[in-house]
Amino acid sequence: MPQVNLTVNGKAVTIEIEGRTLLVQLLREKLGLTGTHVGCDTSQCGACVVHMNGVSVKSCTVLAHQAEDADVTTIEGLASGADLHPMQAAFREHHGLQCGFCTPGMIMSAVDLVRRHPNPDEQTVRDELDGNLCRCTGYANIVKAVMAGAKAMAAN
Amino acid sequence: MYDFQYQRPATILDVQKALASSPEAMLLAGGQTLIPTLKMRLRKPSLLVDLSGLRAFNEIQAIGEKIAIGAMATHAAVAANPNLKKRLPALADLAAGIGDAQVRHRGTIGGSIANADPAADYPAAVVALNADIITDKRTIAADRFFKGLFETALEPGEIITNVHFKKPEVAAYIKFPNPASRFALVGVFVAKFKDGVRVAVTGAAPSVFRVPSWEEALSASFDPYVIDVDTVPTEGLNSDIHASSDYRAHLLGVLARRAVTACR
Repeated sequence: MPQVNLTVNGKAVTIEIEGRTLLVQLLREKLGLTGTHVGCDTSQCGACVVHMNGVSVKSCTVLAHQAEDADVTTIEGLASGADLHPMQAAFREHHGLQCGFCTPGMIMSAVDLVRRHPNPDEQTVRDELDGNLCRCTGYANIVKAVMAGAKAMAAN
Repeated sequence: MYDFQYQRPATILDVQKALASSPEAMLLAGGQTLIPTLKMRLRKPSLLVDLSGLRAFNEIQAIGEKIAIGAMATHAAVAANPNLKKRLPALADLAAGIGDAQVRHRGTIGGSIANADPAADYPAAVVALNADIITDKRTIAADRFFKGLFETALEPGEIITNVHFKKPEVAAYIKFPNPASRFALVGVFVAKFKDGVRVAVTGAAPSVFRVPSWEEALSASFDPYVIDVDTVPTEGLNSDIHASSDYRAHLLGVLARRAVTACR
């Protein structure tokens, strides 16, 4: 089987995988990073969002081989040790979740959107979260959390 | 998904060789349509030849009065390009409205055009702006490129390298996005050039199309109310669970008026 080389959460990974292996399968099944979820598997729901070379992507719609030489960050790579990332802390503080299934993808998308829109208004947050679905419909607190997380990221 | 081989060549020559090496080889651009298609086992390629190794393929640059966009430029890159936002804002706006942020980070202009989805946004821009599609073999004019449902003038193995857009005086794209998929239920691109107006409609029919009577009327007087909203006959338009053909026929007239109003 062909090999893929990439960096995941700061660690170099070299692994043999089939051509058809998805990035999310590599992360979950080969590396045990199950914080990245598979919701719809049709690139609609955003539960699988990770960062690849600094931008958010849906890891169910990226082949693992397309991540050759890429720098990938998953939800597990966001905190520094015991200190939560400001966006994670904001989701906890504002209860930006109900069942929690969509949360890893929401947070990864939120961090990316704040990097691109450092001081987002509510409409920008809602527009940018177009690709993340919360089936509990917990959007009110998710948006609150992202707004607070954006402020905390700016302060850091 | 059926298994396949994967290659990411660094030169166009190696891409051509890889494509020729297997009759069932396919090109992979951003993969935002192809990968879901493979998951549904609607395609069974032996080999995917990834174009992302061709570094110069994602450049966006002004060449005289034209703007050249590399086939591998992502929707996010087109949406955020400062030169494009200044010189051709309608195209940057269109790219900013494709799919969602994550799809825009991966999806490419070349992939979108080659795929020719009936509800894709880019075909409307390519046709209304009278773009040239540059391939590794030739230049194809926009009016001759889109042939039908998921069908283009591309020959097997032909590779889009660049899309050259002509700068209009003013232009705008307005779409009614499907709230679930964000594909265009109907989208209308209006572009006003010195020598006339072009109107292209996506999402409403099996393939993008122009509306000559509106183009004539708008060329004579660039006013939204010269558009007769119910000009395009219902027959032949898409009808599905999202919208009937009657609804689309009316909607595209309404959107055309809005596009003229929004032109800048």
